[in-house]
Amino acid sequence: MSTPEARTSPARGARLSVLKTYKLYVGGTFPRSESGRVYEVTDAKGQWLANAPRASRKDARDAVVAARKAFGGWSGATAYNRGQILYRVAEMLEGRREQFAAEVAAAEGLSKAKAQARTDAAIDRWVWYAGWSDKVAQVVGGGNPVAGPFFNLSTPEPTGVVAVLAPQNASLLGLVSVLAPVIVTGNTAVVVAAQDAPLPALSLAEVLATSDLPGGVVNVLSGGTAELARPLAAHQDVNAIDLAGADPEPATELERAAADNLKRVLRPAPEGVDWAAEPGLERMTAFLETKTVWHPIGA
Amino acid sequence: MNDQQSGSTTSTLFGYAPAPESRSVVDIAPSYGLFIDGEFREAAGGKVFTTRSPADEEVLSEVAYGQADDVDAAVRAARAAFETWSALPGTERAKYLFRIARIVQERSRELAVLETLDNGKPIRETRDADLPLVAAHFFYYAGWADKLSYAGCGPDPRPLGVAAQVVPWNFPLLMLAWKIAPALAAGNTVVLKPAETTPLSALFFADICRQAGLPKGVVNIVTGDGATGAALVGHPDVHKVAFTGSTAVGKEIARTVAGTDKRLTLELGGKGANIVFEDAPLDQAVEGIVGGIFFNQGQVCCAGSRLLVQESVHDEVLDALKRRLRTLRVGDPLDKNTDVGAINSAEQLARITELAEAGEAEGAERWSPPCELPERGHWFAPTVFTGVGQAHRIAQEEIFGPVLSVLTFRTPEEAVAKANNTPYGLSAGIWTEKGSRILKLANQLRAGVVWANTFNKFDPTSPFGGYKESGYGREGGRHGLEAYLEHA
Repeated sequence: MSTPEARTSPARGARLSVLKTYKLYVGGTFPRSESGRVYEVTDAKGQWLANAPRASRKDARDAVVAARKAFGGWSGATAYNRGQILYRVAEMLEGRREQFAAEVAAAEGLSKAKAQARTDAAIDRWVWYAGWSDKVAQVVGGGNPVAGPFFNLSTPEPTGVVAVLAPQNASLLGLVSVLAPVIVTGNTAVVVAAQDAPLPALSLAEVLATSDLPGGVVNVLSGGTAELARPLAAHQDVNAIDLAGADPEPATELERAAADNLKRVLRPAPEGVDWAAEPGLERMTAFLETKTVWHPIGA
Repeated sequence: MNDQQSGSTTSTLFGYAPAPESRSVVDIAPSYGLFIDGEFREAAGGKVFTTRSPADEEVLSEVAYGQADDVDAAVRAARAAFETWSALPGTERAKYLFRIARIVQERSRELAVLETLDNGKPIRETRDADLPLVAAHFFYYAGWADKLSYAGCGPDPRPLGVAAQVVPWNFPLLMLAWKIAPALAAGNTVVLKPAETTPLSALFFADICRQAGLPKGVVNIVTGDGATGAALVGHPDVHKVAFTGSTAVGKEIARTVAGTDKRLTLELGGKGANIVFEDAPLDQAVEGIVGGIFFNQGQVCCAGSRLLVQESVHDEVLDALKRRLRTLRVGDPLDKNTDVGAINSAEQLARITELAEAGEAEGAERWSPPCELPERGHWFAPTVFTGVGQAHRIAQEEIFGPVLSVLTFRTPEEAVAKANNTPYGLSAGIWTEKGSRILKLANQLRAGVVWANTFNKFDPTSPFGGYKESGYGREGGRHGLEAYLEHA
């Protein structure tokens, strides 16, 4: 396990642990960055944890291609199916909760108990969103009583490929809180992990890969948030961007770039977000379109 | 226009005599000021511009040209009014909106004539579509004003503040209603900029606000051009921007508000596909095709400007379509028998002309019914292009005029792929008798509004807005309120 202790040399006679090479997650596979670059990830005290892949703009583009390819199948899956898969993610996470607690503790400099609590909250968040898959359409859609002989129904639909800049200050709970609402409704995602604390995100990819989630629905990149955010914000085949993990100044630039193909933009909250609080619908509805279908009523 | 244009025996036998609506129901003043803080006033810079009837280029009135100082004064007035307006009980705001709806109904004949004069669209449309929908919109949102806690924005939703609203010239008063009604119901105050070529109905609406006793500053109207709109959108004390217009300007606005806390909704261009299957009720489909592209001279963002017809019925549909187009009456917008009126401006006419020429140059085949156009004013004959390829400009770019591009398909999959193959995603039409096919296609089309076996239907309860580069946010229905409320 990748705790700081595990990464130091063992005491005499103790077992030498097996370190993990952290990789990106793109299109259901685990590539290194095509650039061959890595960067050092340290714990809160500055101790080396791992060499994480430093994804390039080419990796970002590959991730968008994978996400686009996965969109038809994922958005076309039944809501029940998507809900089951999100719940499966929770099940798989539960089985590895100690590993994730250790990674979160190392990444965020938290006590064991606090890290455990945040990990548990992240698991519970998957469960919460899993349940929304087949309910959100009833809450935000519905029939419209038009003044004429017409059937008229409004339904939410996923907007497409969503680029997600994960929060920098909550490596797992924040990540899950921005990722789950994007995919539960049928969007596919390219996620940029917290720059200095990417390991929980990269490990989460291993969970996603074993949760029946089709490859490409979630793609996880680690590296420089600014470096990866720019090509994603400007990408013509990305439909929306969540700027949760962007600093204010680059966020403005990214929003401007996103206007080129009128991406839906979720701005970072200036006052920060309490990731432990119940999320509400906003992170789902921000990436939903409303489609309204008319048909005449008559014999 | 008249009998000889159709050339058919039937219309010679049953010809139409002119049936013009009387202009005397509307009294247009020689000049209008800006409507700020409940009063009409000259622009600070003293500049004016004229608005003309596109049907004959007659000057209708002179209108104040608002600039940054005027925009600032209007936003200040709206900001000052916001405190009391937003604090008013919802039931009181509702009653103001109900009053406005009623006065619109009372004055709808006058407003219909005014709109037809300033815009050039047929009186039959302003009378039967625009004005009834304007009143219905205010009626609908009036009822929301005291029910906001049921709107899905939390138990105690808050208005955003001053809404900057910029509306287009194709449905001047209807777009005003789409913007102002939900904004006021939610407790916001408004600065609205009407389009440069169609400012008059918004100024008449200012008078309706006065008749309704609406508190000063709640609605402000600043007339002008693109620069006026840019000043309004960029004003720092605006907290909500709503724009209907071109995708290019929409993108510019999105860049302007980047990094601010302004909420933005955009209702932009489209290149709607009207998909006709071989099993469709073809006579009804032809009516839908005609209404889809020639309603309001095709100057409609959700127009069905691309006809996708199944190969097996291509010739049959085209024959019927051409037969039908020969009976369209193009001419005097005030004539109650007119089907197709004037193009709104010389600038728009030039754009339509340019794109139609590009269609010919790229190899599509152009056809128009025999059609005598008036000598004065801006006119464009209903036009159909066949043999259009997906890469042609007339298949990709919004023409915003009475020009239909016809493409063919063989399978439903091909129809969907072609329909979705533009940067836009506002509207689509499906014509088939097969219910399961309608529902499947409706799911697959990336468009905000899908009309099945009908087209161009609108209702205040029904959310309207686009996917992709057709913009974001919805207008109409409960969804339309969300754009003007802060979750709380």
